[in-house]
Amino acid sequence: MFDFSRNYFELFGLPVDYRVDLGELSLRYRELQRVVHPDRFAAAGAHSQRLSLQSATFVNEAYAALKDPLKRAQYLLELKGAPAGEGNQTLNDPAFLMQQMELREVLAELRAADDPFARLDALLRDIDAMIKNETARLVVQFDDGGAAQLAAAASTIQKMQFLKKLQAEAEAVEAELEEAG
Amino acid sequence: MSYSDKVIDHYENPRNVGVLDKESTSVGTGMVGAPACGDVMRLQIQVNASGVIEDAKFKTYGCGSAIASSSLLTEWVKGKTLDEARLIKNSEIAEELALPPVKVHCSVLAEDAIKAAIADYQSKQGK
Repeated sequence: MFDFSRNYFELFGLPVDYRVDLGELSLRYRELQRVVHPDRFAAAGAHSQRLSLQSATFVNEAYAALKDPLKRAQYLLELKGAPAGEGNQTLNDPAFLMQQMELREVLAELRAADDPFARLDALLRDIDAMIKNETARLVVQFDDGGAAQLAAAASTIQKMQFLKKLQAEAEAVEAELEEAG
Repeated sequence: MSYSDKVIDHYENPRNVGVLDKESTSVGTGMVGAPACGDVMRLQIQVNASGVIEDAKFKTYGCGSAIASSSLLTEWVKGKTLDEARLIKNSEIAEELALPPVKVHCSVLAEDAIKAAIADYQSKQGK
């Protein structure tokens, strides 16, 4: 039905670039989804049904990978032949880690504060700004595309991983506080 | 996956949580982090004139295994010389805490942290 060997960008007919037009992406995604949707193959043979399911899964994975700025960066770096630092690798940037530590402390302490929601909002805004900052850095690094800049992109990706984790934890605290009313 | 009793003990009663003065020349600070899980670990050592670690403190934001690994490590390094502390292997921590394979990277983080703390201390002495 379609070619699984194409990369995710090609699949959606988009240029292989860190900058992605999200409107365009979601439009192409919906088009493809209609084409491969298993419901269309309900009356078809078992082989077509299976293929349709595989295709739909592939399209969903591709969409999830390109939509998210962090996953997109990891995928693009992998395409460029430089696997993003995963697993055991540690980030050698004491200043950044120190800042992460401080932000975790802020998050841990705000529960007991008089105005936890205001503090949490401020923290979430800060995290969001930091993520946007790293995303902007990635645009520049991928535009350059040289070995040194791709290595730098790998570190930027690692920083984004920390920020995303922090964001998830802050959002969990938010849900917890809202529940406690 | 379930945590071993030793991990739970360190998680519930972490030893040596705290902070030492990172500006002091007798203090070495190791900051490490694992991007994959977002864990951040700070391990600090206070070293006396004969090169013996007199005190150790840590703060870890992460999973139970990461907290237990750093907590155990601070217990182990106290009273050791820098050379002895440097020889501690993550496999010994993983073994002591009975960490499952998927959590072994937490003990690696702790080993990296003590090495970074020793390096920081020594760079201060070199100045």
